[in-house]
Amino acid sequence: MPSYRTPLSRARGLGAAGHGVGHWIGERVSAVALVPLVLWLVFSFVRLAHADHAEAVAWLRDNPLNPVLLTLLAAVSFWHMHDGMRVVVEDYIEKVSTKATLLILNLFVCVLAGGLAVFSILQVALGGQ
Amino acid sequence: MTDATRGPRERPLSPHVQVWRWHVTMATSILHRVSGVGLYVGALMLAGWAVSLARGPEAYAGFKAALGSPIGQVILFLLTAGVFYHLANGIRHLVWDTGRGFGLKSANSSAWFVLFFTAAATLVLWGAYLMGMI
Repeated sequence: MPSYRTPLSRARGLGAAGHGVGHWIGERVSAVALVPLVLWLVFSFVRLAHADHAEAVAWLRDNPLNPVLLTLLAAVSFWHMHDGMRVVVEDYIEKVSTKATLLILNLFVCVLAGGLAVFSILQVALGGQ
Repeated sequence: MTDATRGPRERPLSPHVQVWRWHVTMATSILHRVSGVGLYVGALMLAGWAVSLARGPEAYAGFKAALGSPIGQVILFLLTAGVFYHLANGIRHLVWDTGRGFGLKSANSSAWFVLFFTAAATLVLWGAYLMGMI
């Protein structure tokens, strides 16, 4: 079967939608990273279920693995959920202005909440509180 | 040709959810999206937890009290189920991405396995919590 794509289009590899497979691959890579991170989070929250403030702070300070994994979990989660919610909006919202508004809102919410989470974790871990 | 000048005719629509008999793979597909949106809220709560921890003992106690309220416990229970479901079904999707497991039989049995795992893991965790083992 002959290919009707131009050599430039093939070399760019962006496909019919114009943005290639980067988004799709990013969603998968973050998913793979989240498998062990989420299992670790469930395990950690089981341990922290009855912890008061001092015990929770100690958990973040005493072992460097905990703040590092929690920071990674927050960063990768907010990246992954941005990718996921983006697809949901693109699938269900037809009106261009509403779609654009929701996509931007999704990005801002994820970056803001992710930033707050990561900053707070580091602040506690490094002894600011 | 005359049709074109009168605007578009009623076009036949493809069958949608209200005509298909519900099947377990349909349910697991939409549940993946539903649980994903639910976990979006859960991640915002995780950020709230981290912020309350950084703000001090009072804010942290307030956050814990909200989670301990009946509504908070129901939300936490649903989030637990959502985490286990999205985790197990996400792994199912990753296996599919390698091109395996698309057969009718294996897609059906993996769907039931994911549902069974979600129920079992959620009930074991909450059972242990309610019996004071956690």
